[in-house]
Amino acid sequence: MVNRVWTYFIIIGIVFGLVTGHSMEINETILNSAKSSLEVFMQIFPVIALWLGIMNIATKSGLLDKLAHLLSKVLHPLFPDVPHNHRAFGYMSSNIVANMFGLGSAATPFGLKAMSSLQELNDKKDEASRSMLTFTAINTSAITVIPTTLIALRIMYGSANPTKTVIITLISTIISTCCCIALDRFLARRR
Amino acid sequence: MVLLIVVYSLIKKVDLYDAFIEGSKETFKMSLTIFPNLLAMILSVNVLINSGFLEWLMSNFLTSLKLPIELISLIMMKPISGSAAVALLNTIFSKYGVDSFNGLLASTIQGCTDTTFYVIALYYGSVGIKKTKYAMATSLFGDVVGILTSIILCYMLFS
Repeated sequence: MVNRVWTYFIIIGIVFGLVTGHSMEINETILNSAKSSLEVFMQIFPVIALWLGIMNIATKSGLLDKLAHLLSKVLHPLFPDVPHNHRAFGYMSSNIVANMFGLGSAATPFGLKAMSSLQELNDKKDEASRSMLTFTAINTSAITVIPTTLIALRIMYGSANPTKTVIITLISTIISTCCCIALDRFLARRR
Repeated sequence: MVLLIVVYSLIKKVDLYDAFIEGSKETFKMSLTIFPNLLAMILSVNVLINSGFLEWLMSNFLTSLKLPIELISLIMMKPISGSAAVALLNTIFSKYGVDSFNGLLASTIQGCTDTTFYVIALYYGSVGIKKTKYAMATSLFGDVVGILTSIILCYMLFS
């Protein structure tokens, strides 16, 4: 799927750019994208390094396992393939919590750790497992309680009521997460 | 949260410094797989955006939706690029006002969707999985549901 989307993006982009006479811009974009991805990488690299460090302390002290133990009861019905009290639950719940508070950059390292511990449980190493699919479905539709970045931006623009949209965001993310999980379950059964 | 972790670990007598270094080291191993994925994704997304294809698509097919063009761009851009979405949000806030109907609608849409392509490419790429099956489909479906719900709720509550 990623392969196909990637190829379509490139082909549509280049062909359309050539037809409408944007070939110079396209050239420039291709050459500059390595630099801009390095810039994005430089932004997330320190965050990942920091949180993986802190996360490892939590893992060593057993705090993460406690969290996993606590939340595995809630999450287990959604991830029947992951054994009870498995560390993956700890990582996944940290990721979900970070997402709830709109901390996208802090959520990423937890998500990556969750993926690697789900990979350990995966039988077919080149194929997405059922738990991974459920996890990314929940992750991308992310229930948002406090969209921190958005509120900051609204304050910056002098909003009279920066948190006015929070309740709507919460309702629509709850609905979209439920729909996502439902679709994910449906597709998982069908295969 | 950091304090909680540190205090708890002190009580449990964990070597904090060693544990931190050990965890942090993993970043480099992870980076080796993350960076190529990031590069590939940014390359294709930028080529698509800068070719003007999305604008063409919007001005020809989506004008019937009666939403301002910036808002439609935001909806289309959000799943593929977070920074482009924030840039659009800035435009909407300064053009229509942060507390206008369009500003509020843009805020809800921004809050309830995620950069789906980025997340999926990064997460699956980091563990070397090529067959992502229906991951993209479920996530995009979630985005569509979220956007529709927030548009409906905004019309009900704010206009």
